Amino acid sequence: MSINKDTIKKISKLARISVTNDETDRLEKDLNSILKFVEQLKELNTDNVEPISSVSDQDLTMNKDEVKKINAKDDILKNAPEKNSNYYVVPKVIE
Amino acid sequence: MSDLTKLTLVESVKYIKEKKCSATELVNAYVKRIEKSDKLNCFNTKDLENAVNKAKKIDTNKKLDKTLVGAPIAVKDLFCTKGVKTTASSKILSNFTPTYESTVTEKLWNEDAILIGKLNSDEFAMGSSNETSSFGNVLNPYRLNNENLVPGGSSGGCASAVAADLTSATVGTDTGGSIRQPAAFTGIVGLKPTYGRCSRWGIVAFASSLDQAGPMTKDVKDAALILDVISGYDEKDSTSANKPKSSFLNSIKNNVKGLKVGVPKEYRVDDMPKEVDDLWQEGIKILKDNGAIIKDISLPHTKYALPAYYIIAPAEASSNLARYDGVRYGFRAEGKDLTEMYENTRSKGFGAEVKKRIMIGTYVLSSGYYDAYYLKAQKVRNLIKMDFDNAYKDVDVILTPTTPTAAFRFGEKTDDPIAMYLNDIFTVTANLAGLPAISLPIRCNKDGLPLALQLIGKSFDEQTLLNTAYSIEQQVNFKSQVKDWWM
Repeated sequence: MSINKDTIKKISKLARISVTNDETDRLEKDLNSILKFVEQLKELNTDNVEPISSVSDQDLTMNKDEVKKINAKDDILKNAPEKNSNYYVVPKVIE
Repeated sequence: MSDLTKLTLVESVKYIKEKKCSATELVNAYVKRIEKSDKLNCFNTKDLENAVNKAKKIDTNKKLDKTLVGAPIAVKDLFCTKGVKTTASSKILSNFTPTYESTVTEKLWNEDAILIGKLNSDEFAMGSSNETSSFGNVLNPYRLNNENLVPGGSSGGCASAVAADLTSATVGTDTGGSIRQPAAFTGIVGLKPTYGRCSRWGIVAFASSLDQAGPMTKDVKDAALILDVISGYDEKDSTSANKPKSSFLNSIKNNVKGLKVGVPKEYRVDDMPKEVDDLWQEGIKILKDNGAIIKDISLPHTKYALPAYYIIAPAEASSNLARYDGVRYGFRAEGKDLTEMYENTRSKGFGAEVKKRIMIGTYVLSSGYYDAYYLKAQKVRNLIKMDFDNAYKDVDVILTPTTPTAAFRFGEKTDDPIAMYLNDIFTVTANLAGLPAISLPIRCNKDGLPLALQLIGKSFDEQTLLNTAYSIEQQVNFKSQVKDWWM
């Protein structure tokens, strides 16, 4: 499988990253070289192998169901690129 | 001691406890060196004034019982530090100040260690040469005929800072080799603990099933001491391990008699430089001479580790980095509507390598490709894990080189992503299998550059790893060859 410029456009839309034409050329070259490299995996027969998403053999534990009050609203909002009183401000979503 | 910054971490703490120097004297010695070392570009943020104030407080209070009392420690700029800027070396987080402290760093400060700054790295820990940072390259204190070299990556600022005596020790993070490879390039010790040994809470996430924090230090005992402090169960990270532990430092012993050491034939890769192969043989000989039993072993799926990694890590990264949207924190670029604001923010906020990995990750997780790439890689990951499970039926620990070469020049591998990724060929297997691994400097090559060996241990058996590394360290007696050319 190989990636062409249309696929790059499609992925960049999915990833919410706009790419310039120059960037598309470079990405096409690099992504194809990475894909070619990872396609070595096709040599392996993995029909009877379980996929693993983690190596941990630990069961997830439950934390105590208790309220912890963290009143850091002002500090947290200090990091917002744009805010209005207690709200984050974003460009208009609905016309 | 005329220069306090030459002390190891263990020695520094001992000095303070025995009142051979005050915390203020120790911190000031580091501050003086840091101020003359801007050329190395190790620091994203310095916190020198606060550090001096904290040291004065320790001296006034005269309470010297804590494990790391007075030790000045800079950490990778991937650990959230309350009230101190945390950037992941990315433009997109360049103005982010966390409102909370990561568990690992909190444990350091609870033992009265003193934060002196945040260290440069590859952007979001993605890179093997520290060349992807938004804040410029870090220089390796080692040079090749007066030419600058990369410190390795992603924890390049950490590695150079320890090697150049700008911090008494540090903690980095390792997703595919990011502690061990830079440690190897700069002649220091780097330990990636077992997955789950240390809490990931408050660490900027790259690939959550692979990321692990760990010590980068001047010697093996320092690594044991840092691991003692930063490890342990944390209810804020459900993958942190609930295992009993004793003191790694107090249990360390120089004894490898009867230890079964595996030497995997698959790590003898094509065109490995002779000096690296010789180094490996040297390590084998040292262990053998000290009573260890050497066994040839096979880890048949080794060659597939790096390809599997370059599916799994970008897949997890593309998901983790979705949070950087210009809404709640970080950099924002304007756009005519919400979607365009997202797209412009992420396009201008992320660097080229990060974008590349998000794109690969998005592709392998996208409809129609998920099974062929992502699911396949997860199966191969299991094969790699089973390779180790089988090997550990016969051996206690595995010995390999850490990297296929010594440190290289800037720009040498930036044009070819695969050439850069091959740096992690020996380190990435431990991340996929979740195993602990340590890089240990052995000696310098004919050009005066450090070379290192790696030990990979059984799950949660960092003690055997530390003991074996300590035994080798006692034999090779590696001495730093850093000359202060930048000062």
